[in-house]
Amino acid sequence: MPDKRTAPKNRTATKKAKPTKPKAARSKHSQDETAASIDREAKVKMMHYMLLTRAIEDRIERKLYRQGRIVGGVYVGLGQEAISIGTAIHMQADDVVAPSHRDMGVFLMQGITPRRIIAQYMGRMTGLTAGRDGNMHMGDMNHNIIAFVSHLADNVPVAAGVALAFKQRGEKRVALCYHGEGATSRGDWHEGINLASVHKLPVVYFINNNAYAYSTPQNLQMAIENVADRALGYGIYGEVVDGNDIIAVYHAAKRAIDRARNGEGPSLVEFKTFRMTGHSAHDDAGYVPEQLFDDWRKKDPIVRYENLLLDEGVVTREDINKMQKEIDAVIDDAVEWAENEPLPAAEDLTKNVYYED
Amino acid sequence: MFMAKQSTPDPYEISKPDTLEIRREEYLDLYYFMVLNRRLDDRLGILYRQNHVVGGLYSSLGQEAISVGSAFATEDGDFLAPMIRDMGALLVRGVRPVDVVAQYCARMSGPTGGRDLNLHFGSVSNGLIAPISVVGALVPVMAGIALEMHLRRKPAVALTYVGDGATSTTDFHEGLNFAAVRRLPLVLIVENNGYAYSTPTARQANVTDLAIRAGGYGVHGEIQDGNNVLAMLDAVRRARKRCIEGNGPVLIEAKTFRRKGHAEHDDAGYVPKKLLREWERKDPIDAYRRYLIANKVLSTEEQLTEIETKIENELEDDVATALEAPFPEPDVGLEDVYA
Amino acid sequence: MQTTYLEAIRQAIWEEMERDESVYILGEDVGIYGGAFKVTKGMLDHFGENRVLDTPISESAIVGAAIGSALVGMRPIAEMQFIDFISCAFDQIVNFAAKCRYRWGAGVPIVVRGPCGGGVHGGPFHSQNVESYFFNVPGLKIVCPSTAYDAKGLMKAAIRDDDPVLYFEHKYLYRRIKDELPKEDFTVPIGKAKLRREGDDISIITYGAMVYKALDAAEEVAQDGIEVEVLDLRSLLPLDEEAILETAKKTSKIIVLHEATLTGGPGGEIVARIAEKAFDFLDGPIVRIAPPDTPVPYSPPLEEAFLPQVSDVVNKVRELASY
Repeated sequence: MPDKRTAPKNRTATKKAKPTKPKAARSKHSQDETAASIDREAKVKMMHYMLLTRAIEDRIERKLYRQGRIVGGVYVGLGQEAISIGTAIHMQADDVVAPSHRDMGVFLMQGITPRRIIAQYMGRMTGLTAGRDGNMHMGDMNHNIIAFVSHLADNVPVAAGVALAFKQRGEKRVALCYHGEGATSRGDWHEGINLASVHKLPVVYFINNNAYAYSTPQNLQMAIENVADRALGYGIYGEVVDGNDIIAVYHAAKRAIDRARNGEGPSLVEFKTFRMTGHSAHDDAGYVPEQLFDDWRKKDPIVRYENLLLDEGVVTREDINKMQKEIDAVIDDAVEWAENEPLPAAEDLTKNVYYED
Repeated sequence: MFMAKQSTPDPYEISKPDTLEIRREEYLDLYYFMVLNRRLDDRLGILYRQNHVVGGLYSSLGQEAISVGSAFATEDGDFLAPMIRDMGALLVRGVRPVDVVAQYCARMSGPTGGRDLNLHFGSVSNGLIAPISVVGALVPVMAGIALEMHLRRKPAVALTYVGDGATSTTDFHEGLNFAAVRRLPLVLIVENNGYAYSTPTARQANVTDLAIRAGGYGVHGEIQDGNNVLAMLDAVRRARKRCIEGNGPVLIEAKTFRRKGHAEHDDAGYVPKKLLREWERKDPIDAYRRYLIANKVLSTEEQLTEIETKIENELEDDVATALEAPFPEPDVGLEDVYA
Repeated sequence: MQTTYLEAIRQAIWEEMERDESVYILGEDVGIYGGAFKVTKGMLDHFGENRVLDTPISESAIVGAAIGSALVGMRPIAEMQFIDFISCAFDQIVNFAAKCRYRWGAGVPIVVRGPCGGGVHGGPFHSQNVESYFFNVPGLKIVCPSTAYDAKGLMKAAIRDDDPVLYFEHKYLYRRIKDELPKEDFTVPIGKAKLRREGDDISIITYGAMVYKALDAAEEVAQDGIEVEVLDLRSLLPLDEEAILETAKKTSKIIVLHEATLTGGPGGEIVARIAEKAFDFLDGPIVRIAPPDTPVPYSPPLEEAFLPQVSDVVNKVRELASY
């Protein structure tokens, strides 16, 4: 799709007044055309991880949490799975990612096992934070994942800094950063993206616009329709994508990541989707009109993708069922393992505040 | 968003926007305030070199049209929060030169009794909010002032300024976004004077025109010639109207140039001399003078000279008065931390 | 070679950047301008724009980006043009930088530095001492050098440290303090105080520019036979508790002196530790000398009244001596 940037360039004095409404590019992909360009292995991989992400989060939120087997809160990305999978699939071994709390797919694709994820949710020693932090506040630089903090958009300048290091050292690595539309209201979002754009850093910003920030709908969050339209104000590329169409996600992400890797600077890629749960497990989202849930249920990313792959003959219904069964078994194992893992010892409380040999 | 017609032929000429209605005495008032701004600024420079000014001195040389034009458009009930280079706005809103000098010279008689420096002072009852040194911080604060106006349906606006540098800050973003979502009557003037200390605008942002960011917040944005006082007056009057009619914030990028260093101690060696000379030719006061004469707004040129002389005499007295004032007593420093 | 405090900081940064490619600087006006106080003068020309970055006005992004680059192997030095502006980056410092290691084992070897302190007619926003905002945040380190030697040694130590270090250089000392510095490489350990003057009668525990007020006061009262011991903390976090208790036990009469305002200033912590662990040694109440609880005022008589002066210290010493 052509780059439809409408930013006026260096303007000299005499220019006629002309109303312009800045708009980011829209990606319009016919499913068939662009689905075909993805190789089979990648397609199957994405299917697998979509199913795994959905299954593990379902187990955590709908079962374990309600059974009181989770420590603390639970935040899932139900209905938004295409975003983390369709983007993270492009990560190369040395790329670094700063996910948010609804990007379980990123962790799984980066090699974090279901066992350790469940252990993390259960506050065990062998969770990613040894019980020091909970739920999705986890990271591991051995897997190139930066742990996010609750202060949303803090990861925006941090990701810019990662990209800065890559640029300074002449490395062809990219930093990826995820956050929601709510996070974009924060000052750190603005400062980080401005810095990244001035210094043309190899970082991609994926905005999960799932329409609600806790109980705040988008129209109370901002006076614009598309976050990506702000790209023009930073002189960078912006794109709006159907976040429930993994093929569209895949291609938009590839373009943005390639751009970054080629030294063309940052992009804002906004995925339109919907948060199919409350803000967290304890929130019943009573403030969301039921109709919205109904509408978006029809656009479920996994169902759409399944249908696509079935139509293409990439997989059969039996294949999918088999995958699902295997995934369930993996999760069963993870839960059993995690529940038998030790909780951290009280003596360990003060360790590792600072560097220790 | 639309771009105002700009022309910079040599010599630089300004024109009156068609939408501007202005009376003869208003023409003269504008001249008075711009010259007052300039001459006071000059005086402060002298006082600085004489070591009467305590602390730093931040000049508004070349930027008078923005402060004066914009402030002139405001009415009773509006709130302004000028930045440190917007002395002209303070003067238009009734701050006396003697107070500015006393403040700069750290005297008891200054508006903060010596507690804060340069133009860090205000007066809620006069609709003036004092800045802090953290640039951008005024934006959310003025959004709050605008919120009250909105909630109480007051036909008033909150007007503040940021430099090009301040548009990079967290507060700018959060404040403007908040005002936009709530459609608050906030008029935000981005004084793009080319430099934030030693940082040229190209290093501050990846766009040439900061007004393009208005679209990213969903607010109306404009670019204006910041050295044309009539254009500035017109722009803010129109912005006021837009705001009061409930259309949400307005962002006006006023293009100008910082003709001195960041502060008096900064020789601004990093600014290309050619650029400086180019903008000297676009001096807003000289241009306005030429406009008034060419368009026969006045009866005689002497009217202008009269204004200038009057200002010089007034400033002579003001400086003397300010310098006679004592420094504050130490105990004063302990007062007014709380109510 | 007599080197100023400012030049010492500059040398430290320069030498560390030569020594380690991963060290770099970012901040406002640090490159082309050499920094508002010229601490980074000449560095852009020598090290290039890849390692000396002029940033937009974005304290939060400056620190955030420093954190991000540190996570992938760089060792950034982030400058706050005046330390007063560090409040704009508060969130990134206390919630991101300070907690990464504890939470998920990732070290954040950043240095956040800037000029603090008053006495230069800077007014409320260019004169603050901000150590208290961060003193209570585990995971951070805080250093406050008072001599050119320590300025250099602590900067090197801060850069080499694997945890986030807040380096508060006192602007009043920039060009007023000089030291003879060794040619060879040296560091000053973080967390270790140093005795500047020995004495048996009264201890003054202090840091930063106040060290000189303490020393001047000590000179004055020595004429009356009162021997004052001055302990320069050099680091606030971690505190050198051993040195604090040692001097307390030696003299039994202690004054804590700092330029941060009184309530909630680091003095309270020092006093508490002495009271807890050296109570039996005390021969008098522990005294704090600090500015009153107001913003830093601008006009000279106000600022003078605000800042602890030599006479204030002398008076308290005499009072305590005769307790």
